[in-house]
Amino acid sequence: MNFRSVDRRRFLKTTAIAGAGLAMPTIFTSASRAQEFCNAPTGSSVVFGFSVPLSGPYADEGADQLRGYELAVQHINGEGDGGMLNTFKGSVLKGNGILGKKVEFVSGDSQALADAGRATSNRMIERDGAIMVTGSVSSAEAIAVQSLCSDKGIIYMAGLTHSNDTTGKDKRRNGFRHFFNAYMSGQALAPVIVDAYGSDRRAYHITADYNWGWSQEESIVEATERLGWETAERVLTPLGTSDYSQWLTPVANSGADVLVLNHYGNDMANALTQAVQFGLRDRQANGKNFEIVVPMFSDLNAQAAGEAVEGILGTANWMWKLEDEGTQAFVRSFGQAYGQPPSQSAHTGYVQALLYANACEMAGTFNPEGVVEVLEDFEFDGLGDGPTLYRGGDHQCFKQVLVVKGNDDPADRFDIQNVHQVVDAEQVTYEPDKWGGELGPVRSQC
Amino acid sequence: MTLFKSRKDLLYLAIFALVIFAMPLWLKPFGAGYPDLMQRFAIFGVFAIGFNILFGMTGYLSFGHAAFLGAGSYAAVWSFKLLSLNPVPALLFATLVGGVFAALVGVVSLRRSGIYFSILTLAFAQMSYSLAYSVLMPITHGDSGLQLASSDPRVLDRLFGADGTLPNLFGFSMHGMYGFYFCALILIGCFYFSMRLDRSPFGMALRALKSNQTRMSYTGFNTKPYARTAFIISGMYAGLAGGMLAVTDPLAGAERMQWTASGEVVLMTILGGAGTLLGPLIGAVIIKYFENIFSAFHPGRLYETFSFLPEGVQNFFVTIISPFVGEGWHLTLGIMFMLIVIFLPGGIMEGGKRIASALRNRRASGRHLQSRQFEPAE
Repeated sequence: MNFRSVDRRRFLKTTAIAGAGLAMPTIFTSASRAQEFCNAPTGSSVVFGFSVPLSGPYADEGADQLRGYELAVQHINGEGDGGMLNTFKGSVLKGNGILGKKVEFVSGDSQALADAGRATSNRMIERDGAIMVTGSVSSAEAIAVQSLCSDKGIIYMAGLTHSNDTTGKDKRRNGFRHFFNAYMSGQALAPVIVDAYGSDRRAYHITADYNWGWSQEESIVEATERLGWETAERVLTPLGTSDYSQWLTPVANSGADVLVLNHYGNDMANALTQAVQFGLRDRQANGKNFEIVVPMFSDLNAQAAGEAVEGILGTANWMWKLEDEGTQAFVRSFGQAYGQPPSQSAHTGYVQALLYANACEMAGTFNPEGVVEVLEDFEFDGLGDGPTLYRGGDHQCFKQVLVVKGNDDPADRFDIQNVHQVVDAEQVTYEPDKWGGELGPVRSQC
Repeated sequence: MTLFKSRKDLLYLAIFALVIFAMPLWLKPFGAGYPDLMQRFAIFGVFAIGFNILFGMTGYLSFGHAAFLGAGSYAAVWSFKLLSLNPVPALLFATLVGGVFAALVGVVSLRRSGIYFSILTLAFAQMSYSLAYSVLMPITHGDSGLQLASSDPRVLDRLFGADGTLPNLFGFSMHGMYGFYFCALILIGCFYFSMRLDRSPFGMALRALKSNQTRMSYTGFNTKPYARTAFIISGMYAGLAGGMLAVTDPLAGAERMQWTASGEVVLMTILGGAGTLLGPLIGAVIIKYFENIFSAFHPGRLYETFSFLPEGVQNFFVTIISPFVGEGWHLTLGIMFMLIVIFLPGGIMEGGKRIASALRNRRASGRHLQSRQFEPAE
């Protein structure tokens, strides 16, 4: 063949034919793959997908969440001491897997980023045949993976995600969240800090400049102003800042007597440590002791902040020091397996896996349609958070919220905080359509 | 006009196309033969090939290319939201936005070269990232990402009565295998374009620019337009790649613009071989493979893999290997990158060439020996 004779027309023709020929096999495979619902399990086992950050700033929380998931899989399969399976009221799980099928799992590094989270979840769905994906440490990844799973027709059980959007404006019918949110933190914390520090305070907010930071600040400002506080200043800082001195310097002369740090993760540890080193807590302002509040505490990052946490008030979803039997059973089996108490990240992961497994068992199917029906308005108890409702209107769990206080005299590095007060679910409940958004239909086809 | 400069190029492209289209077959044994990852291979291949036009051919090291990728993604998602779920207008729009954005950034950045150029582009990218993360909330939706909603206007779709909730090419879903073949076609087109560029007088001018800009300007060339065109083309490639990301997975997040993403494409190009046609694609495939496959191993999986060994040996192997997989995938990638940069400065392509030439030498010397042995003496 003379290559000079390959003109545009001929080139296009040949490539079109070659392309069509090569694409042919996929048409057959996709047709033959028609199934009742996406990744319907056929053998004697069923696969869970755990998408958690194992690298990046949230790697610690991610690793601990994965430990929680692995423990949950053991307990669902009837290995180990059963943990919270024994205290889970409303459960029909028998400890022999789900519907007689053994649970296996695959995991991947989501890097706490939306793109990486979707990539790793896609792998688990498309290659490994995961029936359900769960896990997250940031709201960005939770929202991204939730919408992916919804498009793909499988269930997503969110991990640690605290933004209002996850079950607010970005909610999906296929996605469920057990963790609490920024609004609940504000509602729970405001009465407690007003009670502790007086109702005539002026608050200075330093906030991480992204969705979560804003919604956290908004909810605290709104809840405290209703109880008589004033807001002196609201300052935004870029995410991932390591030096907060330029934002902390003006605080001293601002006329404020409370500093609210709306930060999470390493940012929280850095900002809080530096605020304490600045001597803010030793100051007097307006004739009162200067106080610092951290609305959302990460227990693992509190460890990084060390002594700076002493006496600081904040909120948490759950804590290993709670004394109900569910918590004790969980802490016992987690401790036996890993030699340390679980973080709230591990707890929410463990609980979500159990809740999903139980919903399948109750529905008698892995079909998302059946599972969603069971989980909507499902009421349960004994999973460490007291009586809980999985609200059908937005797929958010409503349960008690903890107000925690930094421990003045920690015995070891896990003994960082104490439970200061347990706030009832009613106090943090809101309307399902508070932030708009719509759940849409259940999707069950790939 | 003929489409190919030489028969070798035609053959090269034909083999390239065949290998790309056959990906589902030969990637399966490596555990990478699923649509999402293959789409990523193709998309980041386009990104890296485009980056190579600027870095490999022209010699400008941009440290902010992810900004164009991110801008392309946002453009494509907005096209889905406002116009139509068809990927064609989305990709055109994404490419255009990438090009225009690159032209704007180029006006300032290309005034300098070398390290100053790199730092300027890095600054622009970080600026775009911060803007997308918080300031431009209404356009980018910040950290929770820009997503499709059923209430989007989609003017063209409403006009023609097309329905669907996800990007589709006249009914063919861009998820899954169709999405991969769509991306593969674009990749082959982009590869062909960069090959033509490489063989053209313009490509020669770019290489001249790389080897010595001052000397080139002394010979009477105005170097600025060449650099600017290369930068814009490269930005358009990045915008297209960003658009493809949105087509296969309709979500755009600010993190796509972060400097780590810009660094990743530099790594891809260097790992595969800067200045070669195929190298950047190989680099992209390797990095995405590590990111997606190596990160998925956990100790339990390793114990299974080595279950044929006696327990003590099994534990030993798992202990040795586990730091390098799962959360340690960065470590493996880092070590590999170091080894390649130290021993094969030209990237994997140089390794390939060395092996090929070693084989050729051996065969040549072998033939030489043979001919000597069997040649009858006078």
